[in-house]
Amino acid sequence: MSNEKFEPVIIGFTCNWCSYRAADMAGTARMKYAPNVRLIRLMCSGRLDPTFVMKAFANGADGVLITGCHPGDCHYIEQNYKALRRFQLLRRVLNQMGVEPGRLKLLWASAAEGAIFASEINKFVEEVRALGPLGWPKEFQQVESTPVMEVTA
Amino acid sequence: MTAKPKFAMYWAASCGGCEIAVLNIHEKILDVDANFDVVFWPVAMDAKYKDVEAMEDGSILLTLFNGGIRNDENEHIAKLLRKKSKILVAFGSCANEGCIPGLANLISTKEIFDTYYETVSTDNPDHIRPQPEYKMPEGEIHIPTLLPVLKTLDQVVDVDYYMPGCPPESHQIAAVIDLVVQVLQGKAQLPPKGAVIGAGNSTVCDECKRTRNAKTIKSFERIWNIAPDPSLCLLEQGIPCNGPATRSGCNARCPTAGAQCIGCYGPAEGVVDYGARLISAFASVLDAKEPEEIDHILDGLVDPTGQFYRFNLAGSLLKAAVPAWKAESTHEKEKA
Repeated sequence: MSNEKFEPVIIGFTCNWCSYRAADMAGTARMKYAPNVRLIRLMCSGRLDPTFVMKAFANGADGVLITGCHPGDCHYIEQNYKALRRFQLLRRVLNQMGVEPGRLKLLWASAAEGAIFASEINKFVEEVRALGPLGWPKEFQQVESTPVMEVTA
Repeated sequence: MTAKPKFAMYWAASCGGCEIAVLNIHEKILDVDANFDVVFWPVAMDAKYKDVEAMEDGSILLTLFNGGIRNDENEHIAKLLRKKSKILVAFGSCANEGCIPGLANLISTKEIFDTYYETVSTDNPDHIRPQPEYKMPEGEIHIPTLLPVLKTLDQVVDVDYYMPGCPPESHQIAAVIDLVVQVLQGKAQLPPKGAVIGAGNSTVCDECKRTRNAKTIKSFERIWNIAPDPSLCLLEQGIPCNGPATRSGCNARCPTAGAQCIGCYGPAEGVVDYGARLISAFASVLDAKEPEEIDHILDGLVDPTGQFYRFNLAGSLLKAAVPAWKAESTHEKEKA
């Protein structure tokens, strides 16, 4: 086990208009990047509920990548600024929870920046690999539910 | 009429405020006595755990359980009362979501003990620490051992209903008791299992009478540093008010009195992670676009985790910080 290279699990959120297109661009251009990132497409980085990030870490992600359009380029005018502010606040909270700031990354990528997208993912995967597994425990899961008993007068 | 149905109330890791809130229903407490046979309620009457152990399974109709699960005694009684009760209610914030005792999930049990027994305010020259077991001439005595993290009641046993609040408002408790009495008389039906009772379905903001406009926050203010406008939304004035994510049910008591909502009624309907919802809400209304500027405003929130998870840490998606559960896994390894 110890000889095996640690492969981090990274959840990546992309926006429909820029960063997902960047990923698409990287794909169609046959650019190779690390397979550790599982991309989830949202309509906009402003749709990124911080709950998604918490859920990703709680369910075993080692890193979370938030991506969106460059500032000023948002399809919905300025929702990517919301994403930026949420990211900065999330990182503070996660830091207090003992999650290293390096496990959460924000990346702006336009539809033309497939190469940047690919190289930034490679970089992030190596950074998270260096941090090691996070491995949030599962043992706090809910217990099995049984129906309420009948109550009679 | 047959014997009265049985009622129990228990406190685990809690402050006792829930018990006071129950007594605060004033003469309604007589309804409890008229309709129930109180069989177990450590704060109000003498009873031994072995008496509860001797009861038939499912023989207690209603148990209000307050407090989080912090030690093995709490856990034992939670499991015991689950077995003996038909209806188990997670009563109050601690049992629902961890509350203030749940904030200890930010640190390891070692750090809890170090703080408790070794800090400057403690006079403990011989560095005495409590031992879970002690042999004395009369025999061996035990005290409960701390669990690595505080758990909410439903992380340990199956819970039928949730009644939030720190503590639950007395008028809400009275309403719930009324309902149970009506159910007993066949005049009403129990809500579906898993329901939140004794609270609203909306947010504190929804009940708050203050005027709300479009929010743009340039800086966060601490409430004692400014004289807030008495009729304007507190969050709009930069006071970190948790109303947007907090369940209604208290009639917006704190904002009405001029203090920010701190979130004691827990997550509003549909909120998965209370703190995450607030992170979203607060970050959305900051009036800044440059990372440095945003950081500058955020510096005004001195303890974001304490702000967003004051009552909800143990019940959040992450449940405990790394130092708390890392200690747990080492502990598990030692046992193995």
